[in-house]
Amino acid sequence: MGFFLEVVLGGLMAGVLYSLVALGFVLIFKASGVFNFAQGAMVLFAALTLVRLMEILKETFSPFLIALLLTIAVMIALAWVIERLVLRPLVNQPGISLFMATLGISYVLDGFGQAVWGSDVYALDVGIPKRPIVLFESMVPGGVLVPSEDLAAALIAGLLVLGLGVFFQRTRIGRALRAVADDHQAAQSVGIPLNTIWVIVWTVAGLVALVAGIVWGSKLGVQFSLGLVALKALPVLILGGFESIVGAVVGGLIIGVGEKVSEVYLGPAVGGGIENWFAYVLALLFLLVRPEGLFGERHIDRV
Amino acid sequence: MPKLFNAGTLFVAAAVAGALINADAALAQANEQFVPMLVYRSGPYAPNGIPFANGYADYLTLVNERDGGVNGVKIMFEECETGYATDRGVECYERLKSKGPTGAAAFSPLSTGITYALTEKAYTDKIPLITMGYGRSESVDGSVFPWNFPLLGTYWDAADILIQHVGHLNGGLDKLKGKKIALVYHDSPYGKEPIPLLQERAKRLGFELITIPVTHPGVEQKAAWLQVRQLRPDYVFLWGWGVMNSTAIKEAVAVNYPRDHMYGVWWAGAEPDVLPAGADAKGYNALALQHSAGQGPVHADILKYVYGKGKGAGQKEDVGHVLYNRGLVNAMLLIESIRTAQGKFGKKPLTGEQVRWGIENLSLDQKRISQLGLAGMLQPLKVSCSDHEGARHARIHQWDGTKWVFVSDWIEADETVIRPMVEEAAAKYAKDKNLTRRDCKVGA
Amino acid sequence: MLYREAGQFKTTYGADQAVFPIRQDQLFIALWLAVGFVLVPLVSSEYLLRAILIPFLILALAALGLNLLVGYCGQLSLGTGGFMAVGAYAAYNLCVRIPALNPLVAFLLAGGVSTLVGIAFGIPSLRIKGYYLAVATLAAQFFLDWVFSRVAWFSNNTPSGSITAPPVTLFELTFDTPVKKYSLCLSILVLFAAVAKNLVRGRIGRAWMATRDMDVAAEIIGIRPMYAKLSAFAVSSFFIGVAGGLWAFVHLGSWEPLAFDVNRSFSILFMVIIGGLGSILGSFLGAAFITVLPLVLNQLPQWLGISISTAMISHLEAMIFGCLIVFFLIVEPLGLARLWRIGKEKLRLWPFPY
Repeated sequence: MGFFLEVVLGGLMAGVLYSLVALGFVLIFKASGVFNFAQGAMVLFAALTLVRLMEILKETFSPFLIALLLTIAVMIALAWVIERLVLRPLVNQPGISLFMATLGISYVLDGFGQAVWGSDVYALDVGIPKRPIVLFESMVPGGVLVPSEDLAAALIAGLLVLGLGVFFQRTRIGRALRAVADDHQAAQSVGIPLNTIWVIVWTVAGLVALVAGIVWGSKLGVQFSLGLVALKALPVLILGGFESIVGAVVGGLIIGVGEKVSEVYLGPAVGGGIENWFAYVLALLFLLVRPEGLFGERHIDRV
Repeated sequence: MPKLFNAGTLFVAAAVAGALINADAALAQANEQFVPMLVYRSGPYAPNGIPFANGYADYLTLVNERDGGVNGVKIMFEECETGYATDRGVECYERLKSKGPTGAAAFSPLSTGITYALTEKAYTDKIPLITMGYGRSESVDGSVFPWNFPLLGTYWDAADILIQHVGHLNGGLDKLKGKKIALVYHDSPYGKEPIPLLQERAKRLGFELITIPVTHPGVEQKAAWLQVRQLRPDYVFLWGWGVMNSTAIKEAVAVNYPRDHMYGVWWAGAEPDVLPAGADAKGYNALALQHSAGQGPVHADILKYVYGKGKGAGQKEDVGHVLYNRGLVNAMLLIESIRTAQGKFGKKPLTGEQVRWGIENLSLDQKRISQLGLAGMLQPLKVSCSDHEGARHARIHQWDGTKWVFVSDWIEADETVIRPMVEEAAAKYAKDKNLTRRDCKVGA
Repeated sequence: MLYREAGQFKTTYGADQAVFPIRQDQLFIALWLAVGFVLVPLVSSEYLLRAILIPFLILALAALGLNLLVGYCGQLSLGTGGFMAVGAYAAYNLCVRIPALNPLVAFLLAGGVSTLVGIAFGIPSLRIKGYYLAVATLAAQFFLDWVFSRVAWFSNNTPSGSITAPPVTLFELTFDTPVKKYSLCLSILVLFAAVAKNLVRGRIGRAWMATRDMDVAAEIIGIRPMYAKLSAFAVSSFFIGVAGGLWAFVHLGSWEPLAFDVNRSFSILFMVIIGGLGSILGSFLGAAFITVLPLVLNQLPQWLGISISTAMISHLEAMIFGCLIVFFLIVEPLGLARLWRIGKEKLRLWPFPY
């Protein structure tokens, strides 16, 4: 029983991490209809920039803070560059072209990040505790092992979602973003500048990527494979729906738990290693019931 | 649009023309030996591939700068990026195999997958493969695999040495009965290699072997280590590469599995694997393929002749790290093989076939090893037709938080267990491929 | 001026409906075939054949298959690598377990197996559309990757999981030299391209295109969506399966499951998109572009005499590759095939401006 709880908790934690990456996707998709495949590369790039700047600035009084501010500036610049050079020329193209463009951007970011910052594994230490803590020792024999790193990640993700929620509901820019997500034309007609909004959206997604990068990087070390976590976020998206923040979170938790439980309990029976595809199959099964994802918008086909 | 069309056509035309011309003629000199280097300096395995490549390149540069080449024949080397992908490895092989006045000397792919693909081609192209510490375990049998040289050891040797060591820790191999050993392995030919030997040993000694695969690139290991936590094995053998290693150690920390009960293979025991986990990696053990980290006379030479002249491939601080030394030793073995072959065929650039003879007749005694500046790093080795390994010793080193420390004596892999398996597998390969085996008793 | 069809009168319906009705086109195709079958093997070095032309031909076949699915039928699929793996492993198992079976026949049968798997994984397309379908096909990709890695039966119980293909023979002829391999691949590609061209001009192709353009409207006018979509998956998977068999047997020779991973799927999708969705020629152009580009980028510093470390070269390669993709999408989103068509249009008027 205790072990099952551990697996479920581990799954929930992993799910939170996936949600962090999926959030970035959702933000961009909601506001501009672009399926941003480069989100994973942005996570890697943000984490790489942060960790290398921290190293370069390690003599200063607070390397983390300064590096963080500089990295935020870099992500804003990146968003601006992407909007200017990629999104604006492709403004009326079908979705598939934009998707391929973001795929191209991901290659560029990968190459650029490694060219500038190097291909080594960099340890990212921002003070997130790493030792596991044991809970419920009284109720369950041996206690339930909770990795405190993942607990911290869950807290950070929760704060981020809350922050995003406040941003969207209470601020003017947030309202503008929601308007753009609803209907581009209508938003333009009330005077919302589309291009600025897109820069803002990509910046926010970049910041989300930065947070995801910090959390994942702290867990795994900052290296090239961090970019591959984007592939893990895709089942989360299809389960939760491409346009829903709540969907990203809930989808992440479901996928995380489903993955770990299946790997630990079903895996040994079939030789192991099933968590890679199980998430997708799980999402696929959900899709067959609800083709737009649990929280996605119903797509009405008009002839 | 038409302007662009013209530019596009020009580009494609230039590309095709360039590819057709195949610029190898420009770089070859008459009296140089070409050595190809298949490396990966990018991608998920780069942290381990980079120091290896640097060590290899630095030693070749040292031979050129300090000794003026091998008996006056300078070494010309060229790197080709494979990214650990089999098809790129094959493409690099095709590109580099005919370069230089006499073609490539030998290939060291540093990837078991690429080794498998190149084994077929090496036969027809007559270029040897030096797969030091990896590759097919059955290629020790040179009568079936004349072109493969798994020098210094294979994965069956590695697994056997680990079993012997943990047996020793428990007071004897028979004390392993009833124990649980888990193998957390990279789900690729590399990771699967030790399984037959471990199964054989499990059968003989009565311990329980649990195999837990980790999908490439090995970033997702939470579920694997949750299983480890559930099963509570006595020992965990880690057969990882690249980022899988550091992730494994971190996940072991997260599930509270004692690092000093973890044993990595010699490709899972280097600085890039333990540094990301920081202080938590203390106590982690790994196999040392004869050498560990550390500097000797040869490193002093490298700092003087290579880095002193600004021709170093990497950073000076990395000279002497585990994988750097591994690359260095690999290059050294190739150079000595070329020297051996030159003894028979003359002091000139050699063909792959001639280099193959050199590797097969390579013999390094303690005196020569000291002369080369590698005393203490290597044991004497002698390669022969039936034994393409030359030596099968290793030690265990442990990470104490800042450096690697040896925690065992020299252990030799048990030939009585391994050799029958090698011969059986090699015979099966020969039968499947309809190969005529060479007769190792007659001179090659 | 040279490309005008003035003076060419068709006297039969057959001639009118020919695939290449214009005389100049017929000559052009005949010329290309002659160059391909005769000239190229004569002048090409072994490296060019082995490392560039053979992969180009095989991947062009796979791109052709994917184009039928994505370009003509509009079903976005990221499972190409998995279907190639099905073809490869099916061909391998057929050859190993039925030694009397000719490998070429095994390729066709493997294509058949791939068709069945393709139909199975195409069933979700009846309910799911767009990006959701793309991600669902990724499920196929990862699942197939796992199956071939885990189930030892597929690898003939080799402990390492890496298997070697038997040589490809036809009666007395063994395809072992690069020239023979190249000719084999070219013949198969030409045959399949002819089949594909005819399919898309026929009823089934029109059903695909109608489904792509607006599937609800297509259903209303009587095109059965299940038939259209599943047949697209079936034919596409057949092509991709045969391509997978060729890739494994003729190009790699020896492979493990990682050879058909998700990067392979993406690269073939790139080929289709850059070449041009919904165009047979586009598949070839895209395959040529994607095959040649990394090699050119890799060797460019050498030709220009600049010395850069291999690490930097591969990073630059990735960056330039990404930039070129974005550039192509901005400049010509309909792909290289559209550039070609514009060129032909200009050629009709040349040397006059209009």
